[in-house]
Amino acid sequence: MEFLKELLSFLKVRKKFWLMPIIIVLLLLSVLIILAESAVIAPFIYTLF
Amino acid sequence: MIILGLSAYYHDSAAVIIENETIIAAAQEERFTRKKQDSRFPEKAINYCLSAAGIGLDKVDRIVFYDKPFIKFERLLETYIAEVPRGLLSFWVAIPLWIKEKLFLKDSLLKEFAKLSGMSKAEIHDKILFSEHHQSHAASAFYPSPFQDAAIVTLDGVGEWTTTSIAYGNGNDIKILKEIKFPHSLGLLYSAFTYYTGFKVNSGEYKVMGLAPYGEPIYVDQIKKHLIDIKKDGSFRLNMKYFNYATGLTMTNNAFHKLFGSPPRKSESIVTQKEMDLARSIQVVTEEIMIKIAKYAKDITGSKNLCLAGGVALNCVGNGEILRSKLFDNIWIQPAAGDAGGALGAAYAAYYMEYDHARTISPSERDKMQGAFLGPANTPEEIKQTLDKYHAVYEEVTDESVLLKTVAVALDEGKVVGWHQGRMEFGPRALGGRSILGDARSPAMQKKMNLKIKYRESFRPFAPSVLAEDVSAYFQLDVPSPYMLLVAPVQIPIRIPLSKDESGLFGIDKLNVPKSTIPAVTHVDYSARVQTIHKDTNPRYYKLIEAFKKISKCSVIVNTSFNVRGEPIVCSPQDSYTCFMRTEMDMLVIENFILYKDKQPEYTETSNWQNEFELD
Repeated sequence: MEFLKELLSFLKVRKKFWLMPIIIVLLLLSVLIILAESAVIAPFIYTLF
Repeated sequence: MIILGLSAYYHDSAAVIIENETIIAAAQEERFTRKKQDSRFPEKAINYCLSAAGIGLDKVDRIVFYDKPFIKFERLLETYIAEVPRGLLSFWVAIPLWIKEKLFLKDSLLKEFAKLSGMSKAEIHDKILFSEHHQSHAASAFYPSPFQDAAIVTLDGVGEWTTTSIAYGNGNDIKILKEIKFPHSLGLLYSAFTYYTGFKVNSGEYKVMGLAPYGEPIYVDQIKKHLIDIKKDGSFRLNMKYFNYATGLTMTNNAFHKLFGSPPRKSESIVTQKEMDLARSIQVVTEEIMIKIAKYAKDITGSKNLCLAGGVALNCVGNGEILRSKLFDNIWIQPAAGDAGGALGAAYAAYYMEYDHARTISPSERDKMQGAFLGPANTPEEIKQTLDKYHAVYEEVTDESVLLKTVAVALDEGKVVGWHQGRMEFGPRALGGRSILGDARSPAMQKKMNLKIKYRESFRPFAPSVLAEDVSAYFQLDVPSPYMLLVAPVQIPIRIPLSKDESGLFGIDKLNVPKSTIPAVTHVDYSARVQTIHKDTNPRYYKLIEAFKKISKCSVIVNTSFNVRGEPIVCSPQDSYTCFMRTEMDMLVIENFILYKDKQPEYTETSNWQNEFELD
């Protein structure tokens, strides 16, 4: 719950509400990913982290 | 006010604890876990910091993380959206990692701190703050510096969005004036060439810098024509047609490979003249940008002082060029310029900017870094216990002058000495706390140290430690360089002129020709990465070089980090002893204990250490 509050306040401060639907979809997808327990591969590439 | 600064979850995790303006302790997690550039939550480094401060987490007023994960996530999403459908593979790999872990960083921190301290998450919750990545770098560069005001330049790969920034620091305040944003990044451009020349991104950059003097800058025009547009003020734009890092899983793409005529060099294959020429070319371009940015920083701030941080500030050749450009009267570079130093910057940013404490500068102090000796030290009992565990044969020499003379004589005889003294260094350089030392006058020393001690590439140069007051006798340098972050030319009178045949040599063939009376630390272009040794910050090491000078009339010795290739610098007496026994070092000195290799019992290896440390 606190995460959502902080996320909302982040989107408000950064004026990036248009990112909200994308983040919601990704969060929903993540539930599937966690349920499927797919391996998360950490790539070496610089900018992803 | 006690503040704990943290960097973690990307690379080079670290923890720092400050009490008001004083740094109590700072250490990188890799030194404890023995995993190079360990990115995990720095539990061991935090525990060390708390014990050095003699407190529990409950007494810490604030915990400050060095960057802001939400803004990083925003950058990732916006980059993918801008590039869609390219980047699908990278998206598929990166996003689950974020959704599963990194986006919930605050919760992860709370869990880890609760586990570590026994406190409840609610008790820790209000202690946690976040600082922006480049704000952390800028704070790490300015606040510990000896300047009341300064231009601050931060250069690295990328933080949240920013890759380069110019700020002005005055008193306890820092104002960011200019920024360059992702994907246009000098650090990532350098990393792209690191990748293309077959070295590891994030750790091989200094090898590219060391390789550069063997090459010719024949690709500079090509780089400037196709890859980067550099403006007069030092700002730049990369032509993303040639790079893959924004949306792919490699640094460069086929267009880049076609431009330079081949795929990237395979790691550990032979380094050819082409890699040397590429290294030289990207180094020349980097220096040009660094100087232009420094000049612009001078123009817009009007300050006579410059502070540098960020991974690119570890490019000591570029730093030396800025120094020689005389744009600024004084330059100060954060010794932990990479992300580990962000932990210190984050802590200071909270102390001065968030809580508006006054900043004091003591005129007697060189800076607030205490020579970067901010890590753990060892008691005689601890050392004895470790050595006895290994049935090591040692002598305890309590008379310091006898000990120093013994070591100085060994160095003069060409012996290689492991030197473990006092507190461990914070940052990537060994500065005389955890160092391997040798005689800089020996023409065979560079090869011996590279191949028999460090087990690393033979082209790599070594750095000199020189008594601060003698620096100008050996190097064209007249300012302190206590953190080994300035490269300077060797003085002309001590250079050895090349014969006609030797002058015609190319690339790696230049390596075996002695260039000066201190050949072990003179690079092929007559440069050296100088460390000046000061009595106030490094008294015992200073006295050692003084003792060496008495015998040899030379006040320069070789100083390289106490480790083998791929291994983090040693931390404990156990690390030092095992590293000593695994290599062809002749002598080990841990505080007052001297060990000779030929007197040691046979050492039985308990692990396959050559596989234990992943090559960097």
